[in-house]
Amino acid sequence: MSGSARFLRICGFARSLLVFAAFLLLFAFAFSLRTAQAQEPAEAPSPAPPGLAEIVAGMRDAGLPQLRAAVAALSASGEAEALPVLQALAAGTLNQSASGAMAVRLGPDRFVDAVTGAPLEAASLGALKALRINNALRRDIAAAIGGLTLRHEDPAVRRSAAAQIFANPDPANSPLLEAALAEEQDPRLRLLMEQARAAILLRGGSASAEEVAAAVELLAARGDRASLGLLNGALASAPEAARPALQEGIERIQRRLAYWGIGQNIWSGISLGSVLLLAAIGLAITFGVMGVINMAHGEMVMIGAYTTFVVQDLIRAHSPGLFDYSLAIAVPAAFLVTGLVGVAVERGIIRWLYGRPLETLLATWGLSLIIQQGVRSIFGATNQNVGNPSWMSGAFELGGLTITWNRLWILIFALAVFALLLMVLNKTFFGLQMRAVTQNRRMASAMGVRTPWVDALTFGLGSGVAGLAGVALSQIDNVSPNLGQGYIIDSFMVVVFGGVGNLWGALVGAMTLGIANKFLEPYWGAVLAKIAILVFIILFIQYRPRGLFALKGRAAEA
Amino acid sequence: MANWMGWGRSALLAGALSAPLTAGVAFAQEGEPIKVGILHSLSGTMAISETTLKDTMLFLIEKQNAAGGLLGRPLEPVTVDIASDWPLAAELARRMLEVDKVDVVFGCWTSVCRKSALPVFEELNGLLFYPVQYEGEESQRNVFYTGASPNQQAIPAVDYLMNEEGVERWVLAGTDYVYPQTTNLILEQYLKDKGVAAEDIMINYTPFGHSDWQTIVSDIVAFGSTGKKTAVVSTINGDANVPFYRELANQGVKAEDIPVVAFSVGEEELSGFDAAPLVGHLAAWNYFMSVDTPENAEFIADWQAFIKNDKRVTNDPMEAHYIGFNLWVKAVEAAGTTDPDAVIEAIVGLETPNLTGGVAKMLPNHHITKPVLIGEIQEDGQFFVVSETGDLVPGDAWSDFLPGSKDLEADWTAPINCGNYNTVTQTCGAAAQ
Repeated sequence: MSGSARFLRICGFARSLLVFAAFLLLFAFAFSLRTAQAQEPAEAPSPAPPGLAEIVAGMRDAGLPQLRAAVAALSASGEAEALPVLQALAAGTLNQSASGAMAVRLGPDRFVDAVTGAPLEAASLGALKALRINNALRRDIAAAIGGLTLRHEDPAVRRSAAAQIFANPDPANSPLLEAALAEEQDPRLRLLMEQARAAILLRGGSASAEEVAAAVELLAARGDRASLGLLNGALASAPEAARPALQEGIERIQRRLAYWGIGQNIWSGISLGSVLLLAAIGLAITFGVMGVINMAHGEMVMIGAYTTFVVQDLIRAHSPGLFDYSLAIAVPAAFLVTGLVGVAVERGIIRWLYGRPLETLLATWGLSLIIQQGVRSIFGATNQNVGNPSWMSGAFELGGLTITWNRLWILIFALAVFALLLMVLNKTFFGLQMRAVTQNRRMASAMGVRTPWVDALTFGLGSGVAGLAGVALSQIDNVSPNLGQGYIIDSFMVVVFGGVGNLWGALVGAMTLGIANKFLEPYWGAVLAKIAILVFIILFIQYRPRGLFALKGRAAEA
Repeated sequence: MANWMGWGRSALLAGALSAPLTAGVAFAQEGEPIKVGILHSLSGTMAISETTLKDTMLFLIEKQNAAGGLLGRPLEPVTVDIASDWPLAAELARRMLEVDKVDVVFGCWTSVCRKSALPVFEELNGLLFYPVQYEGEESQRNVFYTGASPNQQAIPAVDYLMNEEGVERWVLAGTDYVYPQTTNLILEQYLKDKGVAAEDIMINYTPFGHSDWQTIVSDIVAFGSTGKKTAVVSTINGDANVPFYRELANQGVKAEDIPVVAFSVGEEELSGFDAAPLVGHLAAWNYFMSVDTPENAEFIADWQAFIKNDKRVTNDPMEAHYIGFNLWVKAVEAAGTTDPDAVIEAIVGLETPNLTGGVAKMLPNHHITKPVLIGEIQEDGQFFVVSETGDLVPGDAWSDFLPGSKDLEADWTAPINCGNYNTVTQTCGAAAQ
């Protein structure tokens, strides 16, 4: 038991009074300290903390307004010790315990005292209650942490501090920023801090025209949406003389963003295209190559997604360390599971219905309902939680483009699946047999190809690829029994548009539809864009009934 | 799960079998079961939300039976699956009332389900308790609206953003159907009345199950970079929410910068994905599972014991069924019969405790009083209540912010006895609808 905790317990009765008094004093302290620091930035904080213990103790059972006051006090105290408290509060790991201590949870059953940092016995703490914060507090804390870490020894920490101040420009941080700028050596960090200073200046609204012009120059060079927001926001409050400079800066950023906007649209389109390609490519085999109208294709995708869920669930339960590799494990698993389901479906249902497209359509439609309800009965109707591994979360900036990692990986995955499938069809013996059977069944049979098995394996391959799509879609869509329904229409659209029986058609078709959709969406809205694409395809099929890449020659007659 | 569906089916079968027995008897005998119809989708798109409500009803009925039933008679559930097919909802409602002779029906989620079943309840004089927040602009004698009307959810949420977060620019994003469109119409008018300029409001609709949100999220970010604080008011429904929030998180839209307040995202929806990137986004409801009251703790414990899963969450429409069921029980006890006319007469003015420490009172317009809670999403998929109305808000059937409906009142008590009474012309059945 740490000394401070014992102290708190001894004066347990007096504590509440003390806390109240401390709060009354805190504001006065906060302001006097802030000015003191501004004047003597290099001087170390006073040895006797102005009540870190009191501030932290005062956060017990505090409402949101009291917590905001406490954060202001912590940020003003400027102590290195205040930082862990703020970080814990932001992360939601700061707990108040029944024993009286304020404890920071570091891991399961691992706690330290928020004030002293001394380890605490989990058993001795009693009931714990985490302190909760709201958005206003989150902004305050980000600004406070930014202010406190501006002069940290690690450049990466200083970088994120400057970025946080830029994002939450609080004039109270201005003295700290000046002090940090005075001793910062790294030119890139200096630039970031100057941008943060410009942000505070513009937000403050009391700057002279020259200062504003300098700030505009800095932010216009930065040229992102956040800068645009700051410049737009300053337009109302800036002095009259600074208006033209602001206007010009805004226009500069807008021009730059307009160019990048086109790039962003193309990227979104390619990304949507890659999703369509993944969903459709299995169908390009079962429908395109074999000619089976497979309405249960979407359910194969769904089974692939549920396989991912099961794999992740097992990993979570047995070896959480492997979680980042869960998708790599799910890919072969999903291929096998859906491939086997596909083979079973072909052997059990479809092989009796070759040459009867209407019956195939009805049978597979019924099958899709059965699979949906089956999954609903086993897993429940609610969405299942499939997590994004860390390497698939977040985004990165490429110039003015925001590229999200999950979309990028799905694009790569889609292209890889496409290339692999192309190779299987064109370069392997199985691919040769497959093409032979679909082009001329009797002749292939006469040459000694076991056509029933080739049929089953081809259908299995198509279903397995749909399962792979399910793994990818689990990362961007709901994993629910309805997952497949949303993609079945799109998949047929891609295959019909691209040309039945041609994998390249699926690729070009998917990308064309994706990009066209994304270019229409900003102008017409998502609903109309989708309708427009459908109308376009209907018209297109009137003129080219066999799609973009029509099969030619005798194969087309079959 | 499978077990309960089996049970529901056999109950249905039993209902169908026993129907001829009760059909000829004018007055139910002592000990004969009171039939409670459950009209929810157990398959199709809406199964994700409605299956839970079916289980909630079975849970409430079991609890009531354990406590001795109602009027000394046991309650018997009659479950059907409307399969997210709205004409089928009307058909099954008719069968429940005509063939199964149910005494009351709890059901529907979407407005289109309610609208299609409504004429049946009117024609056959049945009782429908509807448990989901909806767009208002309706009040019917045979329907009791235990979910929130816009003034109990949307308006307070917008007020919160305006006053607490200082929001000046608004994105109204919704799924393309009647509830979001009517709600956004009301909100747009409300915002304009509050002095928000037309160019500071962006309205965006997406199809059901929309999954590619890249462009829309980029548009929202662009709309939000004018220096004015921006927020998104989301009436996006159902499945489309998960990809929407994922895209927000991946594009780095943080709640501190552009908060999203949702009217259709609750604990049940959040249990489907990792809520960590969503921390701080908001939802407005009349109930949260995290509300700390003894009634709620007991409800959650009983529910989890009933469903045999200690991870199952509770949500707002479940509480609405809880309130609706208890109000109906009280009304039947007060009337001494399950006869619809007597129950409609008796239920207005009755009160029952809700799960958040307040009282739900059935108003003459067949809506109830509710507290309005604004919660921020936490990492564990629960909500932290950041704002709560001091008083209970009475549900308003006709919005005060739409030109066509601001003069309308609904009052199902004598002498008005009408769902759209015009207070200006003092006539019934005028305008709107």
